[in-house]
Amino acid sequence: MDFPSFYLDHLAGGRLIIGLIASLHVLINHPLAVGAYPLLTWMEWWAHKNNRPDVDLLAYRITFVVFIVTTTVGAMTGVGIWLSTSLFAPFAIGSLLRVFFWGWFAEWLVFISEVALIMWWFLTWKKADTHEKKRKHIRIGVALSIMSWLTMALIVAVLGFMMKPGEWNQTRAFWDAMTNPLYLPQLGFRTFFALMTGSVFLWFASFFFTKTKSAFNPEPRRLREWIVYRLSHVVLISLLGTFLFGTWYWSAVPETMKANSSVALLTQEFMSWHGQFQTLLSWTIIAFLVVGIGGLGSSFMIPRWALLIPSFMGIWLLGHFERAREFMRKPWVIGEYMYSNGVHKDELAFLQSEGLLKHATYVKHREITEANKAECGQDIFMLACSRCHSTTGLNGVIEKFTAMYGADGPWDSAGMQLFIKGMHQTRTFMPPFPGTDAEAGALVAYLQQLRASPQTLPGAQSAGIVIAPEAPKPAMSAAAQPKP
Amino acid sequence: MNALLASTPVPRDLPLPLPVPEWLLVVCLVAFFLVHILFVNLMVGGSVLVVIAEWMGLKNKRWDALAHEIAQTVTVNKSLAVVMGIGPLLCINLLYTMQWYSANALTGHAWLLIVPLVIVAFLLTYLHKYTWDKWSSGGRKTLHLLIGITAMLLFFFIPLIFLANVNLMLFPSEWEKVRGFFSSLSIGNVLPRYLHFMAASIAMTGLFLAGWFGRKNADLAHLGDFTRPELRRLFYQVCAYVTLGQFVLGPLLLFTLPPAGITTQVYLIIFSGAAVGLLTLWMLFGELKRDDTRIGSRYGLIVALFSIVVLGMGSGRHVYREAALAGHKAAIKDRTERYAAALAEFNKNLAAAPAPAEQTAEQLFINCAACHAPNVKLVGPPLTEIAQLYAGNPDGIVTWAKAPGKKRPELPQMPPMIHLGEANLRKIAELMLEKGAAAQ
Repeated sequence: MDFPSFYLDHLAGGRLIIGLIASLHVLINHPLAVGAYPLLTWMEWWAHKNNRPDVDLLAYRITFVVFIVTTTVGAMTGVGIWLSTSLFAPFAIGSLLRVFFWGWFAEWLVFISEVALIMWWFLTWKKADTHEKKRKHIRIGVALSIMSWLTMALIVAVLGFMMKPGEWNQTRAFWDAMTNPLYLPQLGFRTFFALMTGSVFLWFASFFFTKTKSAFNPEPRRLREWIVYRLSHVVLISLLGTFLFGTWYWSAVPETMKANSSVALLTQEFMSWHGQFQTLLSWTIIAFLVVGIGGLGSSFMIPRWALLIPSFMGIWLLGHFERAREFMRKPWVIGEYMYSNGVHKDELAFLQSEGLLKHATYVKHREITEANKAECGQDIFMLACSRCHSTTGLNGVIEKFTAMYGADGPWDSAGMQLFIKGMHQTRTFMPPFPGTDAEAGALVAYLQQLRASPQTLPGAQSAGIVIAPEAPKPAMSAAAQPKP
Repeated sequence: MNALLASTPVPRDLPLPLPVPEWLLVVCLVAFFLVHILFVNLMVGGSVLVVIAEWMGLKNKRWDALAHEIAQTVTVNKSLAVVMGIGPLLCINLLYTMQWYSANALTGHAWLLIVPLVIVAFLLTYLHKYTWDKWSSGGRKTLHLLIGITAMLLFFFIPLIFLANVNLMLFPSEWEKVRGFFSSLSIGNVLPRYLHFMAASIAMTGLFLAGWFGRKNADLAHLGDFTRPELRRLFYQVCAYVTLGQFVLGPLLLFTLPPAGITTQVYLIIFSGAAVGLLTLWMLFGELKRDDTRIGSRYGLIVALFSIVVLGMGSGRHVYREAALAGHKAAIKDRTERYAAALAEFNKNLAAAPAPAEQTAEQLFINCAACHAPNVKLVGPPLTEIAQLYAGNPDGIVTWAKAPGKKRPELPQMPPMIHLGEANLRKIAELMLEKGAAAQ
């Protein structure tokens, strides 16, 4: 309401972009940073202890890949989550920053050390040529492993908070927000998942660096056997952790759902998610189990392509896991505090009585007339609906209403208006309509116009903004009377 | 507030207090930003010098070796530039929430493009660095140089996006004119700012490399016949001549600034900074006149003086921003407070109002009316049909509404209405039967 609306029609407003950037970030961060750093450090340590330069070289080569990917795509998608959220939901990210300042600040410090350490570790690897230098070098790897895990631990706290506000909305206290019932299972799940997928990544990468020109060449074969046998152990152990924490998370989620009664009402969608998560978790675990056991037997039993199967299963599982936040958050963007369209819980009744247009900053008109009805409706759509819905594209309002009222024949405007006003009762993932009856009517007029002549709705990034003069100041006491 | 034009948007601020005192955020913003921009300078300036040296290296190999050595610093500085950028971004988000996010949204496409563009630029700098020895002759060398040039051009463009935002946030009265990123470039004085920044990048990189290659334990083994004094002199020259140019670009920036934030204080800070800058420049040229044995002996002093200049410019920049936005910030505060007061009074009255009487069946029926009309099929079956199905059986409706199934393939499944409560559902059911019978 108070920020120009960045909006990408046809992409469900643009949420898809945040989702893509965030998924890519997690898919790099978990296996390649949190999971791979400790394993690579361990390889370096083992190689040094047992005087195996071939193992050290292998660790170095894999670290090169990790270094390139994490300091480019990894780092920039992390920043990208923030940059894109600033565009799509400035009200939410702005509020979260004010509450979570110290969390983010600490996260930044840890991130600085993580970046400094990965560069220091990788770029000085070849220079550590004495026993003393090597020992020091291994310690850098240990520090890096700890820091990359800490980064994740801090961010998971923020994500967990978005799911369940805890006591934050009453006390506004920082630590309250940092502790919530999903934190530990989530962190444990992610930690072991990272180790499990990190091992498979190392395993996969090692194929490229231990090429056997002939089967009689014993050296690369010996190296591959060495790594595959050990990584199989890591896969099997972290698989157990993934399973246990995943199950804990899976059983803790419905409790959280119940705590939020309005969300618990409509759970058809959630129940199907819940069931799918269990199935996916089982299949992923089985896929990793097969690979892990196969690797224990012989390093050549599992071909390179077969490693891709558990990896893709893992990606799928994690994606599904991340979607939980979407379900549990709705209709809130910050639980019990701010709806997904940026309306605060405590201003809902006020806006329903006074009107959105009167208090919004970037609208064309303050008063609805017959002539400007559809234009007002368009502004209302942008304010109240556009953070989740497109017009005629993905998750489009026209598609939603077509499912209800059919593709043929006229839509009943009075019925639509009634539906909009009561939709949060029947579609409990939707926030309540935050405007007056007249504004609901204007929205319907816009929707009817949109249906008759579908037109892409441009966002502020291309169409710019319009500012209607502020409504004349009404006498405070009269304005503040709740209307029945 | 009167100073603001009618078309200036005055949004309401987020109703949450700042997490730390404002002065502390300001100190952090200025300090963190300067650290960030230093590494950005070294990244951008480094990429330029790499390309120039590599191009000169086509004729004389010694320059190629130097380019390779500079390239090693760029990939490190670029990572630090990103990670050190988060702190100032955090501070500016908090201090200028309403102005900063608005500028981001108005230049949204470009703002979003930062992510892929930086990723590509970074990957190219790595490719450039790690293929140096492999792609060293013939067509491959040309390709190698082209990769360096592409990365450099990307590094030229990306800062412009940030500058456009930093500039646009200062002038809310101009926001209404903006139609996307490119049109935002015509507001304020983006171009002089950009030139000043680019020159600073090259000057800072010159100063950095003079120290980097000039340091006592620098390993110059890969640098052929370059000697330490020669490298010091070379990069001192880069720094000195470009800084001399800043005495043209600096005033150009200052005098093209829109008057919105110009105060005596701004001039005072900037001119003091420029005076120290003049002293620094004099010392730099003094260093250049020294012979090989003594060149570089004042490096620490020059760096210290440059830091004072940069701190002065950074502070002047902040003072200008504060002055330019003072009216806007006051107007926002005023509007936010008025809104909060009206909201508080409304909520007080709402809480004091007598508890709503139990809802009548007609009021409750609003929950159903969007889908069920008397005679026509809207989303669900009409009331006439329901009345026939459940004649004399309102409890059947209640049972169905609590956990609806799916009976009709042509209609969407009804959502459960259990939240309305059994007693209310019963009231609705009776009314439905009544209405349905009446409509028949």
